[in-house]
Amino acid sequence: MNSLGFDKKPSDTRVVVAMSGGVDSSVAASLLHEQGYDVVGITLQLYDYGEAVARKGACCAGKDIYDAKRVAEERGFPHYVLNYQDNFKQSVIDDFVDSYLKGETPIPCVKCNQTVKFKDLLQVARDLDADCMVTGHYVQRIVNEIGQSELHRAVDPTKDQSYFLFATTQDQLDFLRFPLGGWTKDMTRTHADRLGLVNADKPDSQDICFVPNGDYTAVVKKIAPEAKRHGQIIHLDGRVLGEHEGILHYTVGQRKGLGIGGGFTDNNEPLYVVAVDAQSAQVIVGPKEALARDIVLLKNGNWLIDPSFSSPISIDVKLRSTTRAVPATLICQADRVAAITLHDPQYGVSPGQAAVCYQGGRVIGGGWITETQLSHIKKAA
Amino acid sequence: MMTNLFFDHNATTPIRPNALALAASVMGEVGNAASVHSFGRAANKHVETARRQIAETLDVSPQQIIFNSGASEGNNTILKGFSGQRILISAIEHPSIIECGVAAEKIPVTEDGVIDVVAFQDLLNHPTPPALVSVMLVNNETGVIQPVAEIARMAKAVGAMVHCDAVQAYGRIPFTRESLGVDFLTISSHKIGGTHGVGALIGAAGLQVPRLIEGGGQERRQRGGTVNVAGISAFGVAAVEACASLDSYQNLSVWRDRIELHVQQSSNRVRILGQHAPRVANTSMIVVTSASGETLLMAFDLEGIALSAGSACSSGSTKMSYTLTAMGIEPSPQLASLRMSLGYTTSEKDVEHFIKVWDKLSARLFKD
Repeated sequence: MNSLGFDKKPSDTRVVVAMSGGVDSSVAASLLHEQGYDVVGITLQLYDYGEAVARKGACCAGKDIYDAKRVAEERGFPHYVLNYQDNFKQSVIDDFVDSYLKGETPIPCVKCNQTVKFKDLLQVARDLDADCMVTGHYVQRIVNEIGQSELHRAVDPTKDQSYFLFATTQDQLDFLRFPLGGWTKDMTRTHADRLGLVNADKPDSQDICFVPNGDYTAVVKKIAPEAKRHGQIIHLDGRVLGEHEGILHYTVGQRKGLGIGGGFTDNNEPLYVVAVDAQSAQVIVGPKEALARDIVLLKNGNWLIDPSFSSPISIDVKLRSTTRAVPATLICQADRVAAITLHDPQYGVSPGQAAVCYQGGRVIGGGWITETQLSHIKKAA
Repeated sequence: MMTNLFFDHNATTPIRPNALALAASVMGEVGNAASVHSFGRAANKHVETARRQIAETLDVSPQQIIFNSGASEGNNTILKGFSGQRILISAIEHPSIIECGVAAEKIPVTEDGVIDVVAFQDLLNHPTPPALVSVMLVNNETGVIQPVAEIARMAKAVGAMVHCDAVQAYGRIPFTRESLGVDFLTISSHKIGGTHGVGALIGAAGLQVPRLIEGGGQERRQRGGTVNVAGISAFGVAAVEACASLDSYQNLSVWRDRIELHVQQSSNRVRILGQHAPRVANTSMIVVTSASGETLLMAFDLEGIALSAGSACSSGSTKMSYTLTAMGIEPSPQLASLRMSLGYTTSEKDVEHFIKVWDKLSARLFKD
């Protein structure tokens, strides 16, 4: 059995590596090539950076493609660039904009993995007769005793990207490999240096790839000028506290930058965004208690276990990429809908984000948050 | 062991051994062809030899040849020289014409990829006749030979100057400046077995050719910059050899046609563009309808066969070519174009191998 789990020589194993131009996927590709695999690198051209910011001459995506190409040339494996601008616009950017217009907070990286990378690109890999497709994600794929591939958190908790991969289907997971999942970032950097990769010192990308300088509002406003619609900031008790310049600047749970002076209550407690109402363009604020939610409803669920309908499953759920998973009970229903009851109320759960369910280190699936509630029992208490 | 086949001769063709040998030897000599001393004279002799060799192939006098850095420079030089005036170009010109920053009206082409002379006449019947008409002799993607002599006659009748990008025709079909009746010609060295980075502009006798690069006084003050002595001498040798073997070049059409027949018989998803128009012997534009179309080019490359998706574009990414759009093909993700271009190094064994790989890949990819 070779290191990717195939019963043949590495040289007879064709591996398509999705190369972003960053260090992680470059190391993944270069290492597999070093181990003798028949590596084929593919980079997707996803958007026109200059167009995204309406600024001439800016070309970050261009640089990423260039870096991926240079790594492949230096290491000596084939590399191709596929123009997926149309797919990406339809599947990711339009959805991103729509979410903000609906008052939600989207996660475009999940959509991209779900549609462009693990659907379209994966099909290309199959067409190229590849045995598997590799990405540089920090996540583990572990084959259990009955031969099923499971998705697990990365060994390095600071790099774990499992939250962004919950929508991976079993079929996709069977075909995918994540060689960096067992590593720390330092190990990746060490290999990048050892291999002399041209992008070894490239900083990690932090932002959404098609959003320059982290200013997502500029992108949304450019594509959907109606996002500039002003509205009122209203306290839960009905007082109008101020005006805002578009609901897209707000996410549930947000405390800073509300644009209403100090943003404090009469008791000198901070105010938070409690809800965003797209129809009336109202941002509703209130004290922290008003954010408390313990019921989270999901749509478009993806399950990597057999979702035995209606019977409760004990899980830990991660409700934002930046927060820890908390204990909860999951009930899957038909039509990819699910309900999660949190053991303790959480503050700042936002529709549009993903709820990703874990059992220990294993990702058992997840879905998109449509609605949140506070149960009566908790209210009474 | 994988066989590597180069079936992309329209992108560039292998350097001819005699051209390589001469270039290597000239590179070992010191001398700027513009210098007055003996070294300069020796260098200039190489340049003038090539100038004479190329002039003979086109039946012009050596003074009419201006060496430059290649076809993109040549095309830019002419188009920019007519900037601000009315210019007509065909819709399928090379990007160095279409995207050179000079506004031009486009002459449509027929479904077969031939410039539409009726539409052209309509464009000529205009209160302001064009100052320049620029048309290619052979299309780089389809290999279709354009009716340049006819277009030149029509353009001349309204007093326009005519430029012809003959890059894909030179060394492949017989023509001279006079037989085409054009004022300016662009040719390139690496398409006929010379080196990259060398080309020439040819002007009609006595005609002032526009200048793009000034300063230095080289090329009789028509193109500044130290001339590429080694590259130019290789250009001369390549030109002589290519133009002396036009007859045997025509034989490539036997292999080209054999491949076309095979791929068309193998699947009803395959169309050959421009097949019913006169074409150069080496080029085939194969259009395939398949959901897996975009992977075709990669799949061939991984099998060691170098093809192209239309014109080799700078970003290296795959995207539908405007030439196909101009020929009335609707862009679709289900559609892929493969340009196969044979050359003087192609052998019958290569053709057999290509057919074998085609069968293997089409069996795998054309399932939907």
